[in-house]
Amino acid sequence: MLRRKSITDTESLSLEDIELILSNADSFLEVSRRDVKKVPTLRGKTIVNLFFEPSTRTRTSFEIAAKRLSADLINFSSSGSSIKKGESIIDTLKTMLSMKVDLVVIRHSDSGVIKLIDRFINVPVINAGDGKHQHPTQALLDLYTIRKKFGKFEGLKVAIIGDFINSRVARSNVNLFEKMGMEVTIVSPTMLLPEDFSKMNVRHRIDDVIEESDIIYILRMQFERQNRRFYPSIMEYNRFLSLDSRRLRKMKPGSIIMHPGPVNRGIEITDEVMDATGNFGGKIIINEQVTYGVAVRMALLYLILG
Amino acid sequence: MKEKAHILSENDIDRIIKRISHEILEKNKGAENLVFIGLQKRGVPLAKRIAENIEKFEGTKVKTGKLDITFYRDDIGHNIKPTAQITDISFDIEGNNVILVDDVLYTGRTVRAALDALIDFGRPKSIQLVVLIDRGHRELPIRADYVGKNLPTSQNESVEVKLKETDGIDSVVVVEKE
Repeated sequence: MLRRKSITDTESLSLEDIELILSNADSFLEVSRRDVKKVPTLRGKTIVNLFFEPSTRTRTSFEIAAKRLSADLINFSSSGSSIKKGESIIDTLKTMLSMKVDLVVIRHSDSGVIKLIDRFINVPVINAGDGKHQHPTQALLDLYTIRKKFGKFEGLKVAIIGDFINSRVARSNVNLFEKMGMEVTIVSPTMLLPEDFSKMNVRHRIDDVIEESDIIYILRMQFERQNRRFYPSIMEYNRFLSLDSRRLRKMKPGSIIMHPGPVNRGIEITDEVMDATGNFGGKIIINEQVTYGVAVRMALLYLILG
Repeated sequence: MKEKAHILSENDIDRIIKRISHEILEKNKGAENLVFIGLQKRGVPLAKRIAENIEKFEGTKVKTGKLDITFYRDDIGHNIKPTAQITDISFDIEGNNVILVDDVLYTGRTVRAALDALIDFGRPKSIQLVVLIDRGHRELPIRADYVGKNLPTSQNESVEVKLKETDGIDSVVVVEKE
């Protein structure tokens, strides 16, 4: 049993919770490989996908996960809704809950809003990304991906690279990776690094970590959140932080490249690397992350609602 | 939990498995189109043992798989949540005679769930059920085709099956619930 019904952040997940989620994900991965990709486990349950920010993979991933468990899922996006008429988010939620919903998946641009919502409503809430705060299900699927690749966490060297100031993925992942005993190095220019990360093991160039890392975890440049220009130019970013084919070839055998998607081609990862084939191309496991994401979200929905 | 009666020893279980293996061959007129699926978790080693016997008797290879019924349970939401075990059926069951194997047949609810799960994998020609122990108290209209031992029990007793592969020894005992 999960200690808490709602998943608002990674800090509140215990080691036992994490183990439970990851070990259940194995069975759900198998369900997704069947011809009939559906089990009746959550028949009769209603889940609402409430997305106040654009999303393709997370929203679709939750939708597929819910449907493979036979739950009914309703998609709600803020455009075309009463939010545009000025309804507050808590009122919108209460309206939804009057229709007897069993679980709400929420993405919102305000950092920390999911915790607030969780206090106001009495059904489980899953945070699908809140502003610059947290994206716990991404961190869990990344953990699962790492376990599938390495079979362990303890002592793995992971370098997380890019825009930390705007990244909710960074916040969730650093927390969860350290919790599992991985050695985390942060690679970020000072202007994209918030103060609470600066006490950690920080580097400023991808070249400092590329050879020794087991996992190169590349963050998305969050242009949509940068209302001021935090970084001088793309050329400069390419010089110090991008993964190009020269750097790809320096990576050690068995190492992998992860990215939460969507990738800004030509900025954090070059086209050449994205389209690489053979041994080095095999290091990029971005699509596996997406596949495993469905299994991890099925496990979460099952453990919360089952 | 107090042990009330020792029901089966290692030798007893071995003889039962051999007898059931022969019965399966007799009823199906050989091993052709037979596939074996064990229910997690103690049906899995039992299915393997039967399959090994049949391979020995007939000199042909037979396929075995494992099935976990957690996602098909009818008490999800009523009960504690068990962590699902692996389902692994890496062959087509379509048109085959599926021999479903479990350790204890009790209410019949596990078998009901297993039938639903199996049907999601295809349309077998038939499904036949093997159980090591039938302890009665059925709540659904389900029966086994091959029974190791019929064991009348009361509902405040429980049947503990132990197998070498999962528990280190082969034995069946009846214990009283406290």
